[in-house]
Amino acid sequence: MNSQPRLVAAGYAGVFGLLVLLLLSSSLWLGDSPLHMQFGARLMPPSAEHWLGTDALGRGLWARTLAGLALSFGVGLSAALLGTLIALSLASLAMLSPILDALVSLLIDTLLSVPHLILLLLIAFALGGGTQAVIIAVALTHWPSLARLLRAELLSLRNAPYVAISKGFGKRQGFIVWHHLLPHVLPHCLVGALLLFPHAILHEAALTFLGVGLDPTQPAIGVLLADAMRYLTGGYWWLGVFPGLGLLLMVLAIERFASMLRKAL
Amino acid sequence: MRLTVWLASRLLRLLLVLLSVAAVSFGLMMLSPIDPVDAYLGPQMAQVSPEQRTLIAERWGFNTPASVQFHHWLQQLLSGELGWSHIYNQPVSDVINQRFQRSFFLLLSAWLLSLILGVVLGIAAGSKEGSLLDRLISGYAYITASMPTFWLAMLALLLFSVTLGWTPTCCAGPTGVLSQEVTLLTQLHHLLLPTLTLALLGVATITLHTRAKMAAFMRSDTALHAFAQGASRFDIAWRHGLRHASLPAITLAFASLGELFGGSILIEQVFAYPGLGQATVAAGLRSDVPLLLAIALFTALFVSVGNLIADGLYQWADPRIARDRTNE
Repeated sequence: MNSQPRLVAAGYAGVFGLLVLLLLSSSLWLGDSPLHMQFGARLMPPSAEHWLGTDALGRGLWARTLAGLALSFGVGLSAALLGTLIALSLASLAMLSPILDALVSLLIDTLLSVPHLILLLLIAFALGGGTQAVIIAVALTHWPSLARLLRAELLSLRNAPYVAISKGFGKRQGFIVWHHLLPHVLPHCLVGALLLFPHAILHEAALTFLGVGLDPTQPAIGVLLADAMRYLTGGYWWLGVFPGLGLLLMVLAIERFASMLRKAL
Repeated sequence: MRLTVWLASRLLRLLLVLLSVAAVSFGLMMLSPIDPVDAYLGPQMAQVSPEQRTLIAERWGFNTPASVQFHHWLQQLLSGELGWSHIYNQPVSDVINQRFQRSFFLLLSAWLLSLILGVVLGIAAGSKEGSLLDRLISGYAYITASMPTFWLAMLALLLFSVTLGWTPTCCAGPTGVLSQEVTLLTQLHHLLLPTLTLALLGVATITLHTRAKMAAFMRSDTALHAFAQGASRFDIAWRHGLRHASLPAITLAFASLGELFGGSILIEQVFAYPGLGQATVAAGLRSDVPLLLAIALFTALFVSVGNLIADGLYQWADPRIARDRTNE
């Protein structure tokens, strides 16, 4: 009974991995075409020659969308990993003493009470924009919900009999957290990182769309869509439709993959 | 008695959270590489001599240590003085007041609409798990949950405003007309599309949540008993399920005010609607620090009160939660 979801998840993982590889290697086989301008072919609708059409500078939207997705994937992955790392370290730090626990809880409550996007704007503003700033900002805004989850998990583990025995042997709290508690929550971390991932991608795109995220010279999805806004009323629909559709499909694929993995684990 | 203690402790917590929101956002502003004098001067920064710059820095206290500035800012804040917004050239409190009035209707109607739609769709989907209707509704909810907010708004704009021409493409009223002269009907016409797109995005989480509650209820003994008495599926869903599933949905709706506000920032940007969300982006892009800080605090208050209401609803509906919490 348990093997079927695992089999489906394995099959899904195969297809998903292949797509990711293709996407990540896109910079190799696309070359410089995401940035290559053809002034003879500006704002061309989709055709056999230009699959998804071209933008106002004659750059092919197909190549730009793929490059944008690869960029989003990279930024989202780094941000999700960094966020998970922060969540794990602070949640385990909270186990060391009640004062630290209260401080971490206050920090979690504080960050969760400001809307994500406003906090993102504040952090991106503080760091001055750019790829690194976006990764840090997204990681800093997304760790609290995972940390709250991990903290609850660690709290319930702390009362387990083997922890009490270890304490009876005179082991220090730091030793217990590192050797007894952390190994148990690592699988949660993997799933948590995967669940953070799509959110991270969407928030990166939103931040870039608003103009405080990735550099506007990069072919990011947010940049493509912000560009498209300028030509939307002119009826150049392909500029707005395809990059967003690509992002939606990628996020949907990751989301499904993450929930399948959670069921299989 | 217990309620007063609970409320007092939560209000204290709220104050503490707001204070640390103030500290965190102020610290972030201090970290910024943008020179506050440049930000204050804006485009005129090239015309100002170094001597004048030091004068400006002294006048606004930029040369004092961060802790002194924070203390000063907090004092001002407590006396109701939020500072001066240099991009709108008026007091920050006025900017927030005007902008929030415009956003409020958008937020409220989108919130109500997403709550009602979410509960209805969630109950319809959850009352018969695995049916065609369930699969359609869940599929829709999964897709909208993965959709970039601003992209949905762009698609709506493209379809209804550009292609079909049913709704205006931007702003809160027609251009070239004074805001006082815009009729209520025109205002609503301009609000229609932003409200609908904002609501559609909120629907997804409430639908999925309600659906899960409803499906669990349909498997429960209560439902089985009702089935055995010959009640129809619709009857059970309507009489029992609605009560079971609507309170969690309302609670969730209060708890996700932050997401609603985040969505409104993006939607106001796409529709060029001059609300608080658009002011937030403008403040971020053009480094209007006092406005940005005030908006962060204002929205934190907004979201915290929403969370407080959500928590209170839970307490009121399910005393077990209060007991669990005291055991912790």
